[in-house]
Amino acid sequence: MANNPFSLSNKTILVAGASSGIGRATALECAKLGARLVITGRNKNNLNDTYDSLEGGPHEQFIVDFQNISEINELVKALPLLDGCIYGAGFTKLLLTQFINKDDIDQIFQVNTVAPMLLTQRLVKEKKLNNPASIVFISSVAGVYNVSPGNAMYSASKGALNAFMKNAALDLAPKGIRCNSVNPGMVDTRFLKDGTVSETQLIEYKKRYPLQRFGQPEEVAYGVIYLLSDASAWITGTALLIDGGLTLR
Amino acid sequence: MELTRFVKLFADQFNETPADQFYPALEYKVIPEWSSLTSLSIIAMVDDEFDMQLNGDDIEKSNTLEDIFNLIKVRMSGE
Repeated sequence: MANNPFSLSNKTILVAGASSGIGRATALECAKLGARLVITGRNKNNLNDTYDSLEGGPHEQFIVDFQNISEINELVKALPLLDGCIYGAGFTKLLLTQFINKDDIDQIFQVNTVAPMLLTQRLVKEKKLNNPASIVFISSVAGVYNVSPGNAMYSASKGALNAFMKNAALDLAPKGIRCNSVNPGMVDTRFLKDGTVSETQLIEYKKRYPLQRFGQPEEVAYGVIYLLSDASAWITGTALLIDGGLTLR
Repeated sequence: MELTRFVKLFADQFNETPADQFYPALEYKVIPEWSSLTSLSIIAMVDDEFDMQLNGDDIEKSNTLEDIFNLIKVRMSGE
């Protein structure tokens, strides 16, 4: 299609945390729309599986553990000039407030909050982002639009991420760098399959969604793609709610 | 691990139900205070006290306090 504002052709996009879930779906959908991808993940086999499924190219992949700050620095140095960046790595542990502890808080905040903050800083400092460029953070309804039992650490990490997103949007606007987030409700990913929540409880959770189901990773990816594309050129500092209507109630 | 100690730990996760109402054969899901919150609380308590990850299905498939106690014992001896 000529002059399609939603196209990602000729754009180079970093997807951090592309081995599974929303990150993986975003990488695959971006490639379908013509982007050249740089993908990262912790697990070589899982990342390679995403890499092999990408259409078009040439694409690149890097093994990076975002718990390790020196690995973030090395990644940024090795990157090509980018038109977009998505941070999709995420981690949670369901614990009621009376059971939270420093180790879990540190780990969750490092992956969900500190790493994307530092990645953003390094990308800007090392001048790896074009003008214009778009950064999209995969956040959550949790901590921004609502809270739920046992979700204290995760909600706090995502609330902080959204606060950072808005500040970064303001600070980086003069450089032509837009910063936004997508804030999904429950999405059908490994987060749901770790077993902490039973099948029966999941069926109960689904009933809270006016659209009567959880989201699919691709349905979040399409929101990310909008925020990466030129179609959203005048949007920065926005949290895009993608929640099947959950927060209407 | 003593069953009596486990019963006490279990009872500690409840706010309104008096501790003396808990005993090994109690079918805990009939306790009015039982909810997804107390279920999460039991999972976290077992993780803290016994360094063991139970999941939602483990709780669902068990009926009495002793069922959970036995599940923990079997898994501990399996290690």
